[in-house]
Amino acid sequence: MFDVIVVGAGPGGSIASKTCAEMGLDVLMVEKRQEIGVPVRCAEGISKDALERFVKPKRSFISREVVGAKIFAPDGTEIVLSEERAGNEVGYVLERKIFDRYLAKLASDAGAEVLVKTTAVSFEKKDDRVRVRLLRMGEEWDVETKIVIGADGVESRVAKFFGIDTTLKLNEVESCVQYLMTNIDFDPDYCHFWLGKSIAPGGYVWLFPKRIGANVGIGVMPSLAKKTPKEYLDDFVSKKFSDGKVVEFVAGAVPVCGEIETAVSDNVMLVGDAARHADPITGGGIANAMKAGYYAGIVAFEAVKRGDFSARFLRRYDKLWKDDFGRNLARKRRLQQKLIDMDDDTLNRIFHSIPRNIGELSVRAIVLEIFKRNPKLLWDVKDFIF
Amino acid sequence: MRKIVVVDRYRCAYCGACISVCKFNANELIETFLHIYDDRCNGCGICVKVCPMGALKVIECST
Ligand SMILES: Cc1cc2nc3c(=O)[nH]c(=O)nc-3n(C[C@H](O)[C@H](O)[C@H](O)COP(=O)(O)OP(=O)(O)OC[C@H]3O[C@@H](n4cnc5c(N)ncnc54)[C@H](O)[C@@H]3O)c2cc1C
Ligand code: SF4
Ligand code: SF4
Repeated sequence: MFDVIVVGAGPGGSIASKTCAEMGLDVLMVEKRQEIGVPVRCAEGISKDALERFVKPKRSFISREVVGAKIFAPDGTEIVLSEERAGNEVGYVLERKIFDRYLAKLASDAGAEVLVKTTAVSFEKKDDRVRVRLLRMGEEWDVETKIVIGADGVESRVAKFFGIDTTLKLNEVESCVQYLMTNIDFDPDYCHFWLGKSIAPGGYVWLFPKRIGANVGIGVMPSLAKKTPKEYLDDFVSKKFSDGKVVEFVAGAVPVCGEIETAVSDNVMLVGDAARHADPITGGGIANAMKAGYYAGIVAFEAVKRGDFSARFLRRYDKLWKDDFGRNLARKRRLQQKLIDMDDDTLNRIFHSIPRNIGELSVRAIVLEIFKRNPKLLWDVKDFIF
Repeated sequence: MRKIVVVDRYRCAYCGACISVCKFNANELIETFLHIYDDRCNGCGICVKVCPMGALKVIECST
């Protein structure tokens, strides 16, 4: 019998396992893929602060450093944000294939047991315990645990089994594809973002530089999209990078519903994408997944010490993640709803109203500048600023 | 005639997007293999709209 079974070996699951194991709990982490981190479902951008809060940066898993972000309006007008001001999604571009394995190794070094090519297929409450059925290469067996940490990503089924409704609506998810491209021309010191309904309805196109080539990807909101994200991306790439070569293909989805009411149930905590912890504006979710994994690990330890695995006790975990980034998710969700209503002309006008000669700006300064020039907009985005 | 969703395995990238939007608990990834449970799938087609690969479609089935 384990103290904790962690389902999923992404950044959320590995940090949760590491935290639990370091405090002496018996931990098993199961991962359905045969290789941790593969296939990648990520553009791999993370801020330096967010990464360094949990791991020392290593050359092996940092593909490139960037100094800021360039954001393009639908008509091509550009604004430049420096790194410390571009919000929290730029700084490092990771090599997630290596990063995710490195985190799993940290968990295993701390004493967690790790099983790959192993899917958790069902869960059954048994008195004060949970019986988890595992399936590996056609063979099924049961293991018992006091606590389940669901770090099982956007496709989370742990949530469904334990009655936490995290089902996404078609306006609460970004459907994404990405190419790793070579033979293209771009400024390797910046992450690039292209906005506009015509380019990526309800989302954006990104380019994140890597050691070799760049991740060029798109997220679109299915409620607004008229074709698949791949078709939108192909349109963009054929105009912008017609000589580019695609050397890797990525597909995925990001939850952008904002803060959920609760990420716990009796014996269960959800972390990361499973708990819909990704940022509704940027789609970034690595940083919050790691934070949530850490908090869930701490609370698991307290719960085991007390012998109390009730939802009531585990709500401490809700409090920790909500105080840290939950409210920010809610705010970003409101802003997102304003932004997706904006048509391309309005976006262009906003970009034009930002003076060229200010140099590098903070997001806040840009927004204030926009208000000075477009007071009507103030009403629309007041939730975000105040 | 009953409706049900089917997956084109040559297109599926096992990304899990479709599972995140299914209210009926009718789909699941086991390793890289997408299962659709026909006793639970009602062919609502929500998952078709979120699939980045265009790998899903709703069909009519007689059984
Ligand atoms: C195209 C794209 C681009 C993105 N770009 C960025 C970015 O630039 N920066 C950023 O911060 N975030 C980005 N994200 C989001 C980021 O990838 C996620 O937020 C992050 O990976 C979440 O981590 P996690 O640990 O919660 O889940 P995941 O990393 O998704 O890990 C979940 C793991 O659980 C496993 N699993 C699921 N079910 C089971 C089961 N039943 N049994 C066993 N194992 C299971 C899965 O195989 C998976 O390995 C992007 C996402 C996409 C799709
Ligand atoms: S959303 Fe499409 S590509 Fe992704 S797992 Fe489902 S069917 Fe496969
Ligand atoms: S068609 Fe509807 S019920 Fe069937 S798998 Fe898709 S979302 Fe679920």
